[in-house]
This record gives sequence, structure tokens and C-alpha cells, in this order.
Amino acid sequence: MGSAGLARLQGLFAVYKPPGLKWKHLRDTVELQLLKVRGLAFTSLKVGVGHRLDSQASGVLVLGVGHGRRLLTDMYNAHLTKDYTVRGVLGKATDDFCEDGRLVEKTTYDHVTREKLDRILAVIQGSHQKALVTYSNLDLQTQEAYEMAVSGVIRPMNKSPMLITGIRCLQFAPPEFLLEVQCMHETQKQLRRLVHEIGLELKSTAVCTQVRRTRDGFFTLDDALLRTQWDLPSIQDAIQAAAPRVVAELEKSLRPWLGTQEPPGADQPWDSERPRSALGPESHVGH
Amino acid sequence: MALSAPQISRWLNSSKLSSFMTALQLRKHFQRPGTTLSCGIFAQPHVSSEGCFLQWGFRTYRTSSLWNSSQSADSSRQEINCAQSTLLPSVNEPSQRTPKIPGLDSEMSLEGLDDVPPLSPLQPISDEEAVQIIAGPPLPPSSVTLRDYVDHSETLRKLVLLGVDLSKIEKHPDAANLLLRLDFERDIKQMLLFLKDLGIEDTQLGPFLTKNYAFFSEDLENLKTRVAYLQSKNFSKADIAQMVRNAPFLLSFSVERLDNRLGFFQKELELSVKKTRDLVIRLPRLLTGSLEPVKENMKVFRLELGFQQNEIQHMITKIPKMLTANKRKLTEIFDYVHNVMCVPHHIIVRFPQVFNTRLFKVKERHLFLAYLGRAQYDPTKPNYISLDKLVSVPDGIFCEGMAKASVRDFEKFLKTL
Repeated sequence: MGSAGLARLQGLFAVYKPPGLKWKHLRDTVELQLLKVRGLAFTSLKVGVGHRLDSQASGVLVLGVGHGRRLLTDMYNAHLTKDYTVRGVLGKATDDFCEDGRLVEKTTYDHVTREKLDRILAVIQGSHQKALVTYSNLDLQTQEAYEMAVSGVIRPMNKSPMLITGIRCLQFAPPEFLLEVQCMHETQKQLRRLVHEIGLELKSTAVCTQVRRTRDGFFTLDDALLRTQWDLPSIQDAIQAAAPRVVAELEKSLRPWLGTQEPPGADQPWDSERPRSALGPESHVGH
Repeated sequence: MALSAPQISRWLNSSKLSSFMTALQLRKHFQRPGTTLSCGIFAQPHVSSEGCFLQWGFRTYRTSSLWNSSQSADSSRQEINCAQSTLLPSVNEPSQRTPKIPGLDSEMSLEGLDDVPPLSPLQPISDEEAVQIIAGPPLPPSSVTLRDYVDHSETLRKLVLLGVDLSKIEKHPDAANLLLRLDFERDIKQMLLFLKDLGIEDTQLGPFLTKNYAFFSEDLENLKTRVAYLQSKNFSKADIAQMVRNAPFLLSFSVERLDNRLGFFQKELELSVKKTRDLVIRLPRLLTGSLEPVKENMKVFRLELGFQQNEIQHMITKIPKMLTANKRKLTEIFDYVHNVMCVPHHIIVRFPQVFNTRLFKVKERHLFLAYLGRAQYDPTKPNYISLDKLVSVPDGIFCEGMAKASVRDFEKFLKTL
């Protein structure tokens, strides 16, 4: 195996981080698993982490090994969006917006209906749409920029606060509700705060019970390796499977697309009418 | 080390004669495998085939004179970090590459040693001889690794052949110094034979000595007393061998300490003598480890988790590891099993294996069963899932047998958590 195996162990792959596990421990566990087999072949093996997930969140976590760590920076600079499913529970508010935090307030929620929730989500999406255009520093006077802004594929390519490119409610069974959020430059804490604020907007209160990332850039749930698959052969296969997509997508994202015929990867902005299952894998790569 | 005046004058006299000593002569002097010098090297029986080697001046003369005078180890050279004059290495270098000294008869007799003064470093030699001198690097007087001395010490070599991992031992400088000082034939062999008598196999000697690096500092008589004590407590020979294998430091404990420990476990757990014996045989590190975690865990079981004494006894006899397990881990698992899975105390007592598993495993499997509506842990009701099978079986059997689903479904479910 030797150097051939070593050559195959360079690149990006995704794991499914379970809730309750710190991302550092996950990274160390993966490193250990890889070193166990290879042992003497590697003196040291470094695994890098892409967009982090905090301890209570779960979902797709992109890792880079060997030369793939360089690609992690490229992925960061591509400023791709991420998909989350966020569960909330109406009726109480806590200090850290989680279910097990210190209770701050309890309210009723009988007055909350699906329509009210949808309305509020639409307002949120609209306000973030404006912010998207502002932070992308585009000159809206040009025709192409205007068209792109209309079709909704603009996104900022530099630092910005959390921006939500899409948000909708998948299930509503009071007191529980399930949201799907498409965002960028986020932290999971901000997503929990979002649930809290939605609760306030609904004239009730809400806490967040689950934050789960279903897509990070072009890595989806299907690509994510479970704990039982954190071993050398599975990781090698995952890297190989992801490699062509990584190259293609990074090229596309980093190529300047102002002035080209069509914005790359233009797809229709999804709206709440389009049915999509929360548990199933994402079948398309959104930007 | 400073030389004494008579030695210096003797050297000065001998250098005027300007003759050499042969390797064979020196080899004969250095061949005693016994006491080592401060850095513990001796000529190996197989010196390099170049034949002669030269031991410059001082050193050779001094050692040879000492040997002639006394055959015992020179205690003045017993430290590994000896201060020394800059002229000489503080150790002999018998296995150095030797300069070829043409025409010398390597059969010079031993008696001629006193009459033939050694070559001094200040003596002029011809250019051909100078070119042929190959001087290897001198042995360091002090070093952080045993690697420098392995080639020169028979003791270290034999230990490596046994399977001892010297890289671990060199981290403990006292033990490493001791090893360099000891003689394999005299001291170490006896202790190894003692271990073999006990029942430890040859292949296990290496790992044992790696773990218990200070074993050779023990007195053989003490070791025998301790084994006799254990035998008097009705531990069989095989039991003792097993205990020593699993807890290498066991025999380094004095009889009083062992007695105290055994007494503690008998009193604390209120077990019978036989049960205590079985417990200690299964987990001998109870005797060698600290007692504080055990006391803590006993309090946790009694006060925090609310188990009765007989329940604790039952669980400990089944899974002795619980006594030394992490307190936080125990409480987390109990909290989940008792409060979330709603399993009452008396059923947990029957299956203490749950305390030995990782929390995430219990959580994932329980949530999957709950999702399928099969989370039923009450033996009186139908479709009962036993706790020990829940945590111990591999994924495939769990999915087929207990969840009645495929592994792929389980994986899909895990990705929704």
C-alpha cells in the first residue's frame, strides 16, 4: 500500500457529526483511526476542519486531510451556502436558547398558527435578501447585476454577518415546528437565536431543540460518513468520490462570474410550495 | 576524574618507552562481563576484526592497574554523569574501531602487560599510522537515551532480546541508571528465573519489565515473602501469575500494603473472603491503584444512584471495572438509562454491562428503538429487549434481531439525529 495509499489520502471528505461530540474530539478520533492502520507510514497526519459545528449541533462536517487542507481554505473563500434543519419548541424561553438552558419565560402558544409563522419567515427572508445585495458590494446599475439580484443568486464573497438566503417551515405541530434554513456566514448559536426571535415575533416564546446541518457547500448528507465508517478505506473512498465534484465546484465558485453569460449554477430560488422531505438527502447543490 | 599523583608519574614513565598494547591484551582485561563502569560498557567477546585497538594513555593504564589490583567494581566510577577531564572519555571504548598497527603480534601475553606501557596521545607517530587510526565517536558520559549505550552493554542487549521496550524505560532516569549498572548474570538472571518460577512465560517477561521498570530494585527475598503471603491467603500459583501479569507493580508492594488493600476491599464491599479473592484476581489493579476513586465510586453508587449494598455487591462481582470507572461517565449513563429509558433499579442491577458502554451507543440504539416503537425494557411485557444485549451485540444483529430493521435504515436514522 505504502505511498499509493498515502497518495489516495489527500483531499476533502465529509463526516456526520453526532450531537454531543465536540468537533475537536471528532477530528482527533479520525486522526487516530487513520494512524492506527498506517502507523509507521505516517509520522504525523493532520486533519483539518472546515466550517465548525458546536457541540450540540449535528450534521455534515467537512474535513480535509493532507493536501486537502489547502482546499478547505478555497472552500471557505468560495462562500457557499449551507442548509440546516432547525427544530423549535414553542412555549418557553431560556438564556442560551437551548432546551436545557436556564428558564427565563414561559408563555402560551395557542394563538400561533401556520400562516403567522409563514408570514414571519417571509419577512425574515425579505430583509435578509436586501442585506445580501448590500453586502455583496455590487453596483446595481449594471444590467447583469440587476438580473442576478432579481433571480436571487447574489451572495457576498467577503466577510459579512449571518445572512439567510432562504427559510421556510417544513412541519408545524404545536408546540413543535421544523424549519429549513439556507444561510451563510452563520454560527449555530445565531441560528438558535433566530428561533428565539421567531418565537418573540409570534408573540410567544420558543427554544431551539435541534440544529442539524444537511449540506455544507457541495457535501450533502449522502456523502457524510457515520461513526462506524471513520476508518481508512471508507475515508479513502469518500475522498475519491468527492474529488471531481470538489474540483469542479471550486473552479466554478472562484471564477469571476460577473460579465459571463449566465451566473454559474443558477437555479431557481426554492419557495415553500415545493415539496421536499426533511429527512431525505438533498438532491441538488444549492448555492 | 582527576588522577592521583602516583598514577600520573607512572604514566609519564611508561610513555617514554613508547610501546603499544594490543587489542587482545586489553580485550582480555575488559572481557569480564561483570561490573560495569560508569557508562556501563565492556568489550564484547567479538571485537572488530581489525584486531588491535588502541586505548590512549591514561585510561588504559589506570584501568589495567586497577584490574590487576582488584577484581571488584570500582565504586568511584559508578555515576552516569561523572565529571571528567576534557582529555579523555570517561568510559572505555573497547569496541571502537581500531587503528591498524602493522607488524604487531596479537598474541602478546598477558604477563607482558605491566612491562609494556601504553601509547600516550602525545607521542609522535608516523603518518601512515596516523592515517589508519579510525576513531569512532566516544560514548557520551551522560545521555537522555539508552540508545547510545545499548551497543556496549550486554545487560541492555539481553533485555532488548527479551522484548523490553527501552524507549519507555529511558524516560525514568533512575531505573535506566540502575539497568546500566546491573550485571545480567548476577542480578537480573535470578529475578527473571524467579518470575518464570511464578508462572510468567518468556514472551511475557518483556512487557512485564517494560511496565514495571523498577522491578530490579526490589530485593529478591522481599519478593519471595510477598508471594508466600499471597499463597497463605489461598491464592493459587496460577492466580498469582495472572495477577502479576495484569498488574505488574503488584509484587513491588510490601506485605503490609497488600494486606491493607485486601482488608479494605473486604470491609468496604462487605464481601466474603472468597468473593474478595475472586474480585482481586479478576482486577488486580485494584490492589495497585489508588483507593480514592474506589471510595468515591462507592459513595456515588450508594448516595447518588441509590443502589442498595447487596445490589452494589452483585454489580461489582459481575463487572469489577465499575469500581474504578469514571464517576461522571457512571452518572451520565445511569441518568439516561433510568430517567430517559425509564428502566428501574432492579433491572439495571441485573445488567451492569450498561455501565461499561459508551453513552452514545446506548442513546443511538434506544432512540432508534423508540422511533420504531420497540423500546420495551420490562421483562414482564411482550417484545422485551434485554439491556445487556442492547449494548453488547454488534450493529448487524441489533438491527436484524431487536429492531427488526435493516442496517441501512439504522444509518439513515442516525443521520437524522
